[in-house]
Amino acid sequence: MKPETLFDKIWNNHIVHEEDGKPTLLYIDLHLVHEVTSPQAFEGLRQAGRKVRKTNKTFATMDHNVPTLDRNNIKDPISAQQIETLENNCKEFQIELFDLASPYQGIVHVIGPEQGLTKPGSTIVCGDSHTSTHGAFGALAFGIGTSEVEHVLSTQCLWQNKPKTFEVRVDGIRPKGVTAKDIILNIIGEIGTAGATGHVIEYTGDAIKSLSMEQRMTICNMSIEGGARAGMISPDEITLNYLRDKPRIKSLDNLDSLMSEWRKLASDQGCVFDKKLLLDAAKIAPQVSWGTSPGMVSSVDSKVPNPKNIEDPVKRKSIEDALTYMDLKADTLIEDIKIDTVFIGSCTNGRIEDLIAASKIIHGNKVSPKVKAIVVPGSQVVKYQAEKLGIDKIFKDAGFEWRESGCSMCLAMNPDKLSPGERAASTSNRNFEGRQGKGGRTHLVSPTMAAAAAIEGRFIDIRAYDVDLGDY
Amino acid sequence: MEKFKTVESRPAPLDSSNVDTDQIIPKQFLKRIERTGFGQFLFFDWRFNDDGTENDKFILNDPRFKNSEILLSQENFGCGSSREHAPWALRDYGFKVIISTSFADILYNNCFKNCILPIIVDEKHLNYLFNSSLNFNDYKVIVNLDEMTLRDNKGFSYKFNIDPYRRKCLLEGLDDISLTLMHEEKITLYENKFSK
Ligand code: SF4
Repeated sequence: MKPETLFDKIWNNHIVHEEDGKPTLLYIDLHLVHEVTSPQAFEGLRQAGRKVRKTNKTFATMDHNVPTLDRNNIKDPISAQQIETLENNCKEFQIELFDLASPYQGIVHVIGPEQGLTKPGSTIVCGDSHTSTHGAFGALAFGIGTSEVEHVLSTQCLWQNKPKTFEVRVDGIRPKGVTAKDIILNIIGEIGTAGATGHVIEYTGDAIKSLSMEQRMTICNMSIEGGARAGMISPDEITLNYLRDKPRIKSLDNLDSLMSEWRKLASDQGCVFDKKLLLDAAKIAPQVSWGTSPGMVSSVDSKVPNPKNIEDPVKRKSIEDALTYMDLKADTLIEDIKIDTVFIGSCTNGRIEDLIAASKIIHGNKVSPKVKAIVVPGSQVVKYQAEKLGIDKIFKDAGFEWRESGCSMCLAMNPDKLSPGERAASTSNRNFEGRQGKGGRTHLVSPTMAAAAAIEGRFIDIRAYDVDLGDY
Repeated sequence: MEKFKTVESRPAPLDSSNVDTDQIIPKQFLKRIERTGFGQFLFFDWRFNDDGTENDKFILNDPRFKNSEILLSQENFGCGSSREHAPWALRDYGFKVIISTSFADILYNNCFKNCILPIIVDEKHLNYLFNSSLNFNDYKVIVNLDEMTLRDNKGFSYKFNIDPYRRKCLLEGLDDISLTLMHEEKITLYENKFSK
């Protein structure tokens, strides 16, 4: 048999209908729903008198809008209405909802894997571009628009044009202090924000295989920042071990046979990808974004670029615009950039391993008096785990605020936002203009780099810190 | 869905690359639970000053481009979040066609669900359209999806490519869900076989 990629296998297993010259009708195994991109979809169902086809494949939570201080008291009436609308829609259409009172509530891409809803070999969609996160388990997972949310709710299928495949292979050994976040920022810096448009990326190579599941999620999460339709990693023993004790998986009576099915999903030796990129992890340094798009990154030990050195006029202008917005001078040393705020959280880096690593940097130190720093766990489960380990105390003792779970300052739809001109070190995934608050300036970094920046009040090369971070 | 008809308008030249959906419609406007009324918030942070007055430096506030139905933009238009609020805002504001050298996948897809035609042209032709639109006051571009042509009133003519199925859906205003439900039997068959 012809060797196949992980992507080919999943795609072929989900074809409901295909016809020449038309998109393929794919079956969707898991549909995750949140409060921001779903109200209009439910409204559409209601108007057409349609039902949700598979309520047992549809799960909802609220995360984008929720306050992280007092979640029982939502002050913004429009946020409150959106959250209430989701509650009502879930009741009306009989969808399981992890609501604000649930101990399992959290960012949709954190709770899917945590609850064991995310399974290898499945097709997963959500009205959110970072659905790519779930690809870390060897699933085909991608973000969709609200019309498609409505379509999946009523048909459990989706029309898709077959994307191309892109192998991003990272070999070599990651230097100490260089995290999964640095690898993915480096990849985006290499390929650019449109580098993978029309493609599904599979991350391969020793440096990827050696990552834990949470780190793999960080990688797949930001696939969309490189323009990819989805990102994925072939399942292996690390994947299966992570899944074994997850709530919705451990109780499955056919678990052993599922596990052996999952093992077979990995891309076959000799399979062919449409495009390839090779990187050496040993050459990657901790990354800091300096601009207004996630491809605008530099190594911490280098400088902000100088647009004068750029020939392409469109690129030059975009760098000039970015430096103006970011209020940075060309050729500034990254380590000379001072920050006002630190945000640790989001579906990229709001999991327990992220918080443990950041807390090791923080331990025994104090947040710089000029810096405001907050930690927002990715889910209530993460928050509970952290509190059990006493990590919340390490953060609080150092001067961090310790919050309830949600998207928070990643997109600032709730009260957590930057003021105009404020500069943040953020573990999230987007540094677009105004993303974290109008006029706010975002630098994307890893959790350990963010923690060190909180202490120093500026960026600092985490490799200089003498802290044992284990495999992180 | 409404049917896509021929569009004739002076294009608005937005000279930025990687225009992300956070710019197209900032998050504070995502809290509405309707599909309509987003046009007033399109490019909000670029269109308006902090005091709520119009920013006259922004191209869409230039009287020459106020009623434009065609938007020109540089590469990778619509990257970032999957929010369909972006095409809702573009369409509600009045844009029916967007022309760029490349689009982000999700936005590209979302356009077709909202009767917006995204057209990909090469850099040379995009530059031509940018310059013409800025320089000629009587400038007009005519977009005909049936013939898949871009023409202007200066003699320029360009044939663009579009997926035939998507073209048909736009021209006939076909609704995806009813199309899918025609395959009901196959969906049930799939479910019985693979998925409980
Ligand atoms: S944490 Fe940020 S990127 Fe992730 S789902 Fe929430 S808003 Fe989107």
